[in-house]
Amino acid sequence: MAEMTPEEIKTKKPYLEWGLTQKEYDHICNELLHRLPNYTETGLFSVMWSEHCSYKKSKPVLRLFPTKNERVLQGPGEGAGIVDIGDGLAVVFKAESHNHPSAVEPYEGAATGVGGILRDIFSMGARPVASLDSLHFGELTDARTKYLVNGVVAGIGGYGNCMGIPTVGGEMTFDECYRGNCLVNAMSVGLMEQKDMQKGRAAGVGNAVIYVGAKTGRDGIHGATFASSDFSDEKETQRSAVQVGNPFMEKLLMEACLKLTHDHKDWLVGIQDMGAAGIASSSCEMASKADSGLVLELDRVPQRESEMSAYEIMLSESQERMLLCVHKGYEEKVIELFKDFDLEAVVIGRVTDDGQYLLKHHGQVVCDIPVKTLTDDVLEEPSQEKVPKRLLEAKEMSQWIPTVTDPKQTLLELLQRPTIASKEMFTQTYDSQVRTSTVLGPGSDAGVIRVRKTNKALAMTTDGNGRFIYLDPKIGGQMAVAEACANVISTGALPLAMTDCLNYGDPNDPEIYYELHHSVAGMAQACEIFDTPVISGNVSLYNETNGEAIYGTPMVGMVGLVEDVEHIIPSTVKNAGDALYLVGTKTKADFSGSEIQKMQTGKIFGALNELDLSNLNKVMKQLLTAMKNGLVTSSHDASEGGLGVCLAETLFNSELGAKVTLNLSSSEFFSETPGRFIVSVPQNKRTEFEKTLGTAQSFLGEVNSVPELVVTLTDAEFEVEVSEAQKLWEEAIPCLMKSKD
Amino acid sequence: MKIAVVVFPGSNCDIDLYEALHTVLDADVEYVSHKCEDMSDFDAVMLPGGFSYGDHLRCGAIARFSKVMPEIIKMAKAGKPVFGTCNGFQILTEAGLLPGALKQNNSLKFVCKTVPLRVENTKTPFTHQYQQGEVIKLPIAHADGSYFADEATLSKLEANGQVVFRYAGENPNGSLHDIAGICNKKGNVLGMMPHPERAVEALLGNEDGLRVFKSLLENGTVKMEES
Repeated sequence: MAEMTPEEIKTKKPYLEWGLTQKEYDHICNELLHRLPNYTETGLFSVMWSEHCSYKKSKPVLRLFPTKNERVLQGPGEGAGIVDIGDGLAVVFKAESHNHPSAVEPYEGAATGVGGILRDIFSMGARPVASLDSLHFGELTDARTKYLVNGVVAGIGGYGNCMGIPTVGGEMTFDECYRGNCLVNAMSVGLMEQKDMQKGRAAGVGNAVIYVGAKTGRDGIHGATFASSDFSDEKETQRSAVQVGNPFMEKLLMEACLKLTHDHKDWLVGIQDMGAAGIASSSCEMASKADSGLVLELDRVPQRESEMSAYEIMLSESQERMLLCVHKGYEEKVIELFKDFDLEAVVIGRVTDDGQYLLKHHGQVVCDIPVKTLTDDVLEEPSQEKVPKRLLEAKEMSQWIPTVTDPKQTLLELLQRPTIASKEMFTQTYDSQVRTSTVLGPGSDAGVIRVRKTNKALAMTTDGNGRFIYLDPKIGGQMAVAEACANVISTGALPLAMTDCLNYGDPNDPEIYYELHHSVAGMAQACEIFDTPVISGNVSLYNETNGEAIYGTPMVGMVGLVEDVEHIIPSTVKNAGDALYLVGTKTKADFSGSEIQKMQTGKIFGALNELDLSNLNKVMKQLLTAMKNGLVTSSHDASEGGLGVCLAETLFNSELGAKVTLNLSSSEFFSETPGRFIVSVPQNKRTEFEKTLGTAQSFLGEVNSVPELVVTLTDAEFEVEVSEAQKLWEEAIPCLMKSKD
Repeated sequence: MKIAVVVFPGSNCDIDLYEALHTVLDADVEYVSHKCEDMSDFDAVMLPGGFSYGDHLRCGAIARFSKVMPEIIKMAKAGKPVFGTCNGFQILTEAGLLPGALKQNNSLKFVCKTVPLRVENTKTPFTHQYQQGEVIKLPIAHADGSYFADEATLSKLEANGQVVFRYAGENPNGSLHDIAGICNKKGNVLGMMPHPERAVEALLGNEDGLRVFKSLLENGTVKMEES
């Protein structure tokens, strides 16, 4: 099929289908190029100006995030962010969403999500050492959702296990709003020596642009623009936009790239993953960052399908490919290095100094435009925002309080809620131990990986709760960051910095833009107070199906540092006789958006209480001091299901029990006030512990060797066998997954 | 004793074996490429877990044709200790150094968890520091770990005491006779699905695998009696 001429493009307007607006097209013709762009050029503009690549909608909002402190070595803008952890080492991490591909083809969508984020890490010169995920699905009641869950989980395991990167943590929640548009966010954490830091730059006239890895096919064309539009039942042709992964190829690519960046830094100018928008985005971003131009010979690009057009070659999102810029004269050495790993490396172009992006194909120039027009000249679109009506209404409502007549029964029911119930059925299909550094794996508040050759460890978690964003974007945003900090601190680590995936609906809807803006503002405030800058991230908008948006769901990926592995704290109690304490803010009536509200009413509603972030930060740091002083043997953060669920969970798998008295009513027992922990303390450390925490602690009772949880509340008493509670918690999800409904 | 850890394309537990020997036990150990054609310097060889050649075709089926394999077979025949865990076990069966095959788990899923095992044979170079019948806990992490062999082979394995480790709790993959690890008749070649190299440090919560390596280092020439 012959490509459209520039004139035909102007009249037939295929760019509207590719995601460019009429205004953008006119701007390109009249202000940037002063001519009509050809087919390939139009395609390049449409992907490079998509939200996925340009952040044109979200940029003004992203500027709210703090991105620096004395530890940050690399903030947003590169493959991944980098933070100093001392000893000449650095931790590198980033998260990325693969929501749209996963909703269409769950196995490959999730697998290539993992593959993509791993490439971002090793492109920085770091070795990936751990993976996490954040998954949100519809309720586990229909066959399609179960298919998606099974496919996504298998894809994450299939790719991560083969790569030999342990999946050490994550989260999985279920809510009707994600039914047509599941969220699949993957996070990767890497370690590197600071001297090995790499950047994605193409500089130095005459230096070579080298393509390495898998061949280019027609898969994933327009994946970036696909991710920047919403789903509808009428568009059933979207399968072609999903890529297929090959983790074995990626393992080879990773080992080869790490060998290059560690042993032969002097050969290399820059390196970048070919992610969204493939060769197009990687090459022009590398050139743009160095104010260079490029000449690329597209006939040299290794191709696995015949007769690919320039447009297809440039926009393909075939997986497991990297782009290198290599000093002139070292091309053969680089090619030889990759050959040793059975990988193809090909010089496809050179760096120039004219700032032009020149592409040649079949002897013809198919693109000749300034690099910066693709990367810097995108029209930032001012967005309209409007307070959603439900928020105004919620302010008028009185606080909903659950009626709890049988707290034991309520606890057992909550433990079986899919969002709370054990996810072991899924997490045990992930290799969580490979690389033998996993101190705490799936099921603990945060995953903890020791750092070899040091006494240190890294704690990591992913957290996102769309319900709270839905009820109050600003407070919900604060809570997302606070919860991630709490999880990291609960393992004995100081939160260092965070990454995010911002998952929202269509930002052209003023109410959704309001959610995006105010939740990011709330997150940014919390980041300032906890001193956890945002060093990398990803935006996924247009998460809608047939006009129904998901709850805005910002995922926070937090990484913390444990200075001494001796101070890593598990979430399960360890010793009979230890004292149990409640640490943190005073329990209030926080039931809006809680699991008990959802369970009892089938929906979420009401206003959220303000969060005292400074106090929360103070209390958490006090707890950390107590941990560092060896006063704490276990710590578990209270979240969904409140203290009731937290107490039960901290006993699971311990073969121990507890007898506690709380100055709370049966309903308050399930309130979800943020920033609370159940910690166990050896008897001989109690005085010092109480002194360290001051008024932020209250004694609850003791751990004992009888495996029962015995609870006295102000209006009720009950006891439950830990094994009975644990069995219900463990079997809830396998049971739902098996049922035929 | 000089030990080789072979790295195939796609191996990923090579670092775990290496660190267990090098860092935890201060042994003389080296990574060796799958392209190595002379292993005469080494006294023992270990095949790591992972996904050699992406598990394409069948787990271990391509690795057995790699350049290093004739050297490993030579070492096995010479009575030197040869050890394979997980994918290493699969490679040993594909190469014919151990009988039988590893099929896909009954659950059809990858499973990563810690399981109890009974030590059935303490006369190998890898197990002489365990007690006969002792129950230990080791992690498993595999999708294809269901040991299979025909009845005649199983009878021989049992009669010769070649079953070295048996699952002592719920069988996690459907292996016949609850087999988790076997050795050859001489006892110098051992393959097992569980990962002893993941259980060598108190920090990671389990040291039950340590004696596999200590056995090798402290008296790696112990052999089963020829029967």
